[in-house]
Amino acid sequence: MIEGILFWVIFLSLCFSTLSILATIYRCVKGPTASDRVQALDALGINIIAAVAIFSVFLRTTAFFEVILLIGILSFIGTIAFARFIERGIVIEREHTD
Amino acid sequence: MVWLYLVLGIPFLFSPIVPLLHKKFTPKIHTGWFVLWIPLLIFFAFLSTIPTLSSGEIIALSLPWIPSYDINITLLIDGLSLIFGLLISGVGFLVILYSIYYLSKHKEALHNFYIYLLLFMGAMLGVVLSDNIFTLYVFWEMTSISSFLLIAYWFEREKSRSGARKSLLITVFGGLAMLAGFILLTMMTDTHSIREMIHSLGEIHSHSLFLPAMVLILIGAFTKSAQFPFSIWLPDAMEAPTPVSAYLHSATMVKAGIYLVARLTPVFGGGEVWFWLVSGIGLVTLLYGSFNAIRQTDLKALLAYSTISQLGLIMSLLGLGSAALALDAGNAKTAYALAIFTALFHLVNHSTFKGCLFMVVGIIDHETGTRDIRKLGGLMHIMPISFTLALIGSLSMAGLPPFNGFLSKELFFTAVLNASEISLLIPVLAWIASILTFVYCMIMVFRTFTGQPKHKLGKQAHEAPLGMLIPPIVLAALVVILFFFPNVLVQYVLAPAWAAVLPPLAQEGLLTVHVSPWHGVTPELLMTLGVIVFGLILYKTLKKWQKLYRTYPQALTLNHIYETSLERMESLSLSLTKRYMTGSLRDYLIYILTFIIVAVGGAMVFSKGIVFDPSLDASFSIYELALLAAMVISAVTVLLAQTRLTSVVAVGSLGFLVVFFFVLFRAPDLALTQLVVETITTVLFLLCFYHLPKLKKENTPLPTKVVNGLVSLAIGIVMTMVALSANGNPLPESISGYYENAYELAGAKNIVNAILVDFRGFDTMLEILVLSMAGLGVYTLIKLRMAGGKENERS
Repeated sequence: MIEGILFWVIFLSLCFSTLSILATIYRCVKGPTASDRVQALDALGINIIAAVAIFSVFLRTTAFFEVILLIGILSFIGTIAFARFIERGIVIEREHTD
Repeated sequence: MVWLYLVLGIPFLFSPIVPLLHKKFTPKIHTGWFVLWIPLLIFFAFLSTIPTLSSGEIIALSLPWIPSYDINITLLIDGLSLIFGLLISGVGFLVILYSIYYLSKHKEALHNFYIYLLLFMGAMLGVVLSDNIFTLYVFWEMTSISSFLLIAYWFEREKSRSGARKSLLITVFGGLAMLAGFILLTMMTDTHSIREMIHSLGEIHSHSLFLPAMVLILIGAFTKSAQFPFSIWLPDAMEAPTPVSAYLHSATMVKAGIYLVARLTPVFGGGEVWFWLVSGIGLVTLLYGSFNAIRQTDLKALLAYSTISQLGLIMSLLGLGSAALALDAGNAKTAYALAIFTALFHLVNHSTFKGCLFMVVGIIDHETGTRDIRKLGGLMHIMPISFTLALIGSLSMAGLPPFNGFLSKELFFTAVLNASEISLLIPVLAWIASILTFVYCMIMVFRTFTGQPKHKLGKQAHEAPLGMLIPPIVLAALVVILFFFPNVLVQYVLAPAWAAVLPPLAQEGLLTVHVSPWHGVTPELLMTLGVIVFGLILYKTLKKWQKLYRTYPQALTLNHIYETSLERMESLSLSLTKRYMTGSLRDYLIYILTFIIVAVGGAMVFSKGIVFDPSLDASFSIYELALLAAMVISAVTVLLAQTRLTSVVAVGSLGFLVVFFFVLFRAPDLALTQLVVETITTVLFLLCFYHLPKLKKENTPLPTKVVNGLVSLAIGIVMTMVALSANGNPLPESISGYYENAYELAGAKNIVNAILVDFRGFDTMLEILVLSMAGLGVYTLIKLRMAGGKENERS
């Protein structure tokens, strides 16, 4: 565990990242268009990456580093999928054989 | 004596052979000839036991069946079983002989008939010989089933089927009630043997289960014996072939209830409830049957109602006789005991003359093509032998000398006059019923055989073949012989049976009787004279008062009540099922969730399981609260979303937040997996999005919304309560300490993975199986299109 000023720094940064998570949730709920929501979801992923990183420092562990990487990749994939869906209506296009 | 088993098992053993014989010899030899020797053999087997029985001994044999449950095939041959055994085999022999001439070997499915009949005979013998009540019940139900099969013998007729169904419903209802009564009885006495029950008498009568057991068993006996108000199946069972009616529905099966009452009289008798139930219902049935017999125009229906009435007579005598067990010694005691003797005597008499009458009616039906009284008439000169037989049977049934019915009717009057000290109503009702009996006996003989012959008959009427006449002639001869020499029967058969029904009196030596036709001028004789005089008056004026019957409302007849209640039950259950089986999954979900709420919540409340103990909770920080708020907002967004995409996005954000919670609670593996799964699920949602309709604004009515809201709220509250209480209750120590040795035990630093693949690898294997099944399932769903699949795709 971490004592002293560093603890407060980490605590505050956790609080701030939580606040920004709440802010992205607000955008996610409010809309007004689907694109806004998808962007909010993407930002939520980034925020969570930051929060997990801070938390890992707080716990002094490397166990969550894979989670950070994975959120990065998957949030990207998710956003791409949403983007394709909004643009074309489908996610995976079939080959047109006929 | 073990050979008795073999003799009694023969009906069951021989019945599978019947179709083989039928196939081989039809149409050269009538199948009935092969069956005929069986009842004869059994009859002689029973005759051979008479010397043993009349010396006061009984024959008891036991064969283990389910010994661990104390259910054994125990044969008990005493006087009572002997009477019934002789009746079943004797009348059975005559009926089979009769059926050989009655049923055509060219047209009928004889193998079916004789298999059913043999099954019935074996089952009936089982009923009267079983000492173990559960074996008795097994045979009892077998008689119901074989009777069902026999009634519906001509199954292509609608009426046969409905009659069979009715009789099965009623008798099986009674049988099941009786089974419940038997179970109660064994709970009270701790034995399955009727003989041993009689020994533990004193304890039973004060037992709290005594009354329910008695009533349930009586329901069984009353339904089988067609007592009021369960008598309605018997007239409808007349759709059976006449030999069946003669055998089952006059001489044997309907007397199974009588047998049961007589057999259990030593157990239950002596109490007031038993006395009034048995004798009261018996008297009502006697009156009801004789009253309704007069209005019948079908000869077999008339005989059916007369059977009902005569069975009521026997039943009421058994009830009256049970008083002998309650009284102290004295003249009254022996007088009441005489009622039991009369019941047994009339039982035998009834079987003789009723069997004879049924056979005569069968002959009339066979030779003229109709059984309708209104179409018949003037058969006396055409069928003189049948006329004589019908006359003998009817006069015996009416209770006139020189026939055996006279003797038992006189004894019956003695018994009811005795009971007049209990209630004056008993002899009066019995006397009125006897007058009505006289009237329908007259109708039966004189409407059929005298008057002008009518020319509407379908066939050229003529006398029946000799073989068909022999069985009723034998029975009619018995009717006369029993009048002149009753005491042979009394000494060898009836006296042991009497002793079996009233064992305590038999030990005191109180059971002596000498039956004779002439007692001098007694009240009974005057009553008989009164019956004749009033009966003749009523018969002569029949046309004038028969209109009375039409005034009785059709809606109040028992049959009508039965039919409408059956219809109502069907429509009621149909509408009930239609109401709650709506076909809507939402409704079923509501039922399931409501059940969970009621069951779990109720259990929590009633077992006082709701315990909140905050002291066991861990502390939480402010950003955890904020994350929780974010999750709640996302969840509410899913609920209130206007478009599908919004809810998918909201579900995705909820998933991300859960990931973060897993991180906060230090579960990296869970966080990883949750993340991947969440993303894939979102992508899958998007994949099938294209095929989904637009999210519509649903116009659910307000009450439905309220119910949905209440149920979801309640289930949430219940589950929260359960979770909090589970945390609040002191738990046994966790076993996770063991898994902390993961490195020493399994060589793994990751405890979660060690559990998944090492300590509890089986679960993982099956989860993998689940995944592969799901994958295969999806593949087959997409690839394999059965008929209809393509059309669905196009639309």
